[in-house]
Formats: sequence, C-alpha cells, structure tokens
Amino acid sequence: MTARNGWLLAAVVLVVVVSLVVGGLQEEAEFAGTDGQAMDAVAELRPDYEPWFNPVWEPEGEIESLLFALQAALGAGVLGYYLGFRRGQAQGRRNRVDAGD
Amino acid sequence: MHIAEGFLPPLHAAAWTVVALPFVVVGARRVTRLLREQPQLKLLLAAAGAFAFVISALKLPSVTGSCSHATGVGLGAILFGPAVMTVLGTIVLVFQALLLAHGGLTTLGANVFAMAIVGPWVAYGVLLGMRWLNVPLTVGVFLAVMLANLATYGVTAGQLALAFPDPASGVAGAFLKFAGVFAPTQLPLAVVEGLLTVVVINLLRQHGAHDLRDLRAFPQTFVPEVRS
Repeated sequence: MTARNGWLLAAVVLVVVVSLVVGGLQEEAEFAGTDGQAMDAVAELRPDYEPWFNPVWEPEGEIESLLFALQAALGAGVLGYYLGFRRGQAQGRRNRVDAGD
Repeated sequence: MHIAEGFLPPLHAAAWTVVALPFVVVGARRVTRLLREQPQLKLLLAAAGAFAFVISALKLPSVTGSCSHATGVGLGAILFGPAVMTVLGTIVLVFQALLLAHGGLTTLGANVFAMAIVGPWVAYGVLLGMRWLNVPLTVGVFLAVMLANLATYGVTAGQLALAFPDPASGVAGAFLKFAGVFAPTQLPLAVVEGLLTVVVINLLRQHGAHDLRDLRAFPQTFVPEVRS
C-alpha cells in the first residue's frame, strides 16, 4: 500500500509539473484563475451587467494568501492528526496482542 | 467554480438558494444523526471535511496557462454519503465567501448546488455504478472523484449560461462558452484530485480500518481484507 501511494503521489507531482510547463508555453500564460475568467466572459456577453452585491469583506493580497494558507493548514493539520492518531491506536492494539494480553 | 458575489441576477440567486436549501437541511439532519448514532466516526468526519479544506485551498496550474482549484468533496461523499458531504462542502463555501471573497453570499446557493450537491451525488452515483460493474475499488474511486470534479464545473457553466444567454446562440451557446473557460483547465486538476483521494483512501484502509467498518454509504466496501 505504501509503495503504491508513493507512485500515486509521484503521478500527482508529474501532472502538476507538466501542467505548469505546458501552461507556461501558452500565449498570455498568466495562470489567472478560471473563476475570474468566467466572470470576464459574463462581462463580454452582457457588458451592461453590474454585480448588484459586493463581498461583505475583501482581504488585501497578502492577507488573502494568509487566509488561504490558514485554510490549507487547518485541513492538513486535522487530516494528519486523524491518520497519526489512528495509526498509533492500531500500533498499540498490535503491541498488546504481541504481549499476549 | 465560485460564481463571484453579485454575479447572478437576484432572481437566479434566489432560485438556486431555494433549490439548495432542502439538501442542506436534510444533510444537517444526517450529520446530527450520524454524530448521535456513531459518535466514534466524529474524527473521520472531521478528516473528510479537512480534506475538502486543503484541496479547495490549493489553486493549481493547468495546461491552458490558467489556474483553478479542485473541490475535495468526492472523498466525504463516498465515505459518508452525499447528504453529509453537502454540509461539509457548504461550510467550506461559507468560509471562502466570508473570509476570502471567493464566491459570495448571494451566489452561495448556486455554488452549494454545484460543489456541495451535484459533486457529491455524482461521486456517489459513479462509485455505485463502478461497484455494480465490479471495477476495482481504487479505479472506481478515482473515476468517481474525477467525474464529480468535472460535473461541478459543468453545473457552474450551466448556471452562468442560464443567467447570461448568448444574444446570438442562446443558452446553449453561452454554456459552450463558459464550459470552454473551465473544461480544458479543469481536466488535469480533476485527475490530481482523483489520485489524491485514492491516496487518502489507501491511508485510511491502512490506519483507519476500524472506522471504515462502521461506514454506511458503501457498507464494508473500504474495509481491507484481513491478512492472517
């Protein structure tokens, strides 16, 4: 299982790196977000459309990075805690069985 | 797939909110019942939500020279069922709408429908079909998650097309235009999300087998074979 996950993660890295390289060769490669591009397409289809509601709060550039990093860190932390905790529990059970309890 | 704040006309925004609401309510009941009847699964539920948090925070580059992000809702949907994942996905979307100005409150209903309802149900339905066809579990998981990711973006394109039909080619023409923005960029990201979900499933089978026995969406499906 561990070896297979190694290959899977290598495949993930490969897909991302190939995407980055191939994407960088495209004209006007700015790696802009598709969400923003879709809203630009709205503006093209309906130049007169004005968003009728504004975000209640919009973080500045660096703060936005901070919050995105925080979101990822929270998620990774909880996921890592779960896996580590369960792994330790399973180990403990095996040790007790080995000890003959 | 985040439709930005204010980018759906009021009528559409209200309609998608009305459509999404019953799914969220039913999902919330399912979560409450799950926590009452199987409190031992609380930690795994948190882990599934955490996976969606990480995955949807990562904006990844794509072959088109654009960036997009995966959704992370496939894992929870196949572990706990789509209704439960609707709640977790909604939490992610509310977090992003309030703190990151990604998506919005007026478009929350539409975004919940795309990412937290259609995505999970597609993942669940595809895996159900794959199990029925006796496709190996990891292949089924990969396809379920990948298609859920693409379906989410397809729904977003449809929602935008309904709101902003092309003057010449109508809703269909607008759909192709919006889908053209998302689809080529999304494809490698859907593959990445599928692979990462298989990695997590493998890790769960290795370390969290006790929890997997109690799951009811796909009973006993993820439990690893006992080695004697």
